[in-house]
Amino acid sequence: MHIPDGFLDAKTAVISAGMAAVGIGIALRSVRRAASARRVPLIGLAAAFVFAAQMLNFPVAGGTSGHLIGAVLVAVLLGPSAAVLAMTAVLVVQCFMFADGGVTALGANVFNMAIVAPGVGYAIYALVRRAAGDSLRSRLLATAFAAWCSTVVAAIVCAGQLALAGTVAWKVAFPAMAGIHMLIAIGEAVITTLVVAAVARARPELLASRPPTSASSHYTELTAYGLLVSLGLVVFVAPFASGWPDGLEKVAAALGFEHRATATPIMAAPLSNYTIPGFQSAVSSTIVAGGVGILVAFVLAYVLARALTPRVDAAHGRGAGGASPCA
Amino acid sequence: MAAAPEVRPLVHDELLNPYRHGASLIHRLPAPVKLLGAAACVLVSVLLPRTAWPAYAGMGAGLLLVALLSSVPLRYLGRRLLLAEPFAVGVALLALLQDHGLQVFLAMLAKSTLCLSCIILLNSTTRFTDLLQVFRRLRVPALLVVTLALMHRYLFVLVDETARLRRARRSRTFTTGRVFGWGLTATVAAQLFVRTSERAERVYAAMCARGWKL
Repeated sequence: MHIPDGFLDAKTAVISAGMAAVGIGIALRSVRRAASARRVPLIGLAAAFVFAAQMLNFPVAGGTSGHLIGAVLVAVLLGPSAAVLAMTAVLVVQCFMFADGGVTALGANVFNMAIVAPGVGYAIYALVRRAAGDSLRSRLLATAFAAWCSTVVAAIVCAGQLALAGTVAWKVAFPAMAGIHMLIAIGEAVITTLVVAAVARARPELLASRPPTSASSHYTELTAYGLLVSLGLVVFVAPFASGWPDGLEKVAAALGFEHRATATPIMAAPLSNYTIPGFQSAVSSTIVAGGVGILVAFVLAYVLARALTPRVDAAHGRGAGGASPCA
Repeated sequence: MAAAPEVRPLVHDELLNPYRHGASLIHRLPAPVKLLGAAACVLVSVLLPRTAWPAYAGMGAGLLLVALLSSVPLRYLGRRLLLAEPFAVGVALLALLQDHGLQVFLAMLAKSTLCLSCIILLNSTTRFTDLLQVFRRLRVPALLVVTLALMHRYLFVLVDETARLRRARRSRTFTTGRVFGWGLTATVAAQLFVRTSERAERVYAAMCARGWKL
């Protein structure tokens, strides 16, 4: 999802850099207000942790492998503002030391991966936890669902930026980015949840000790990120989403491109699934496809959370609980 | 084949540290000049119109001259460029799927190659810590600079730690199942996080002992 140099025009680069600066400003302010100097080295080391953890390979089919992105993982473990700063540091180092992601696109990359991804992820995590309770299972469910959603939303914003810059047309960028990242997001959700579950097994207190900020400042922080991300969606995504259903020719053209697109290797299966036959309008079919995708992701998140929670509270869990002291 | 990356030396110096020490003219230039020069170069190549092929060629020649002056081996620079290029090509491929895609694709490729060469030249001849000093002078917020400095300092430590954790895991695990493997790798990542947060505590104590304040 790293946008290289030369893919954004001046307008898009400046707008997204401005929004990234605002997001970093919110994060700096809330870390300073929390007035916990103890957390400053932790944020720096967490950035190095994300970088090192991204080097761990998770084998996928056919010799390919994926790796963690880490935004939601850090947001769940350290809170949203620490995650924003840590991911920003990761992106700056990747840009200047490893030429991964462009200098002029740094603002856009920071906005997508260091502000939208942890912001959306943490908001969904907090919402699901609020709805589902404070047990480990509900935390894992919240983590998995948040990781999936945040990856997909970040990819959609990225597609919007490429389209706004006039580099890649929205009708190509959106299905390609959203489709591919709906699959990548499954991997991200599984890895993030596995890591959080393993941290909960090894050191439950690390997961429990969240930043001791007061409830009101916590909500101010989340509201600020929420407003910023919404602004990003309005600027980068809304113009295309609303100007979309302008005639069947465009849809046909999009479908024609999609058929051609399936021949190239970077376009995997999700693209052809993305428009559902029987729906005339691209908008309704996208809404249905998106809704089905979110539902499937939620069910997968629930199954994963169930599978990873030790069954102590279940009926036969008493046997396991009784056996462990002997072991 | 799969085991090959595991036997690398602990500090992946070439992978993690792009800086190549030297005493050339380019190395001796002050870091702010190099950073601003590289930024200007990137900006110009981004803002050039898509069909300005002679200008692209001219900039490429200029960068080649700088590369020769820097006395960093061209093979090294070329290898780094090849390592970074696939990401740009991946995004550029998306542009192929629209009207007039080929022209946009070639322009994107030229622009991103120029910018990548520029940044690779910059980080091959300038230490990251020197760049951090420039950031500090450019009034980047202190908290962000501290975060970047700590990340850069502990990057190497944590990557080595990861290698040790993986080696320990591999020497105790005899199965290679995919599902099981994901769980094991996630455990390594979780353990890495536990060690990271413990190390952060020690680093904080050490920083306080030396009079550090936020």
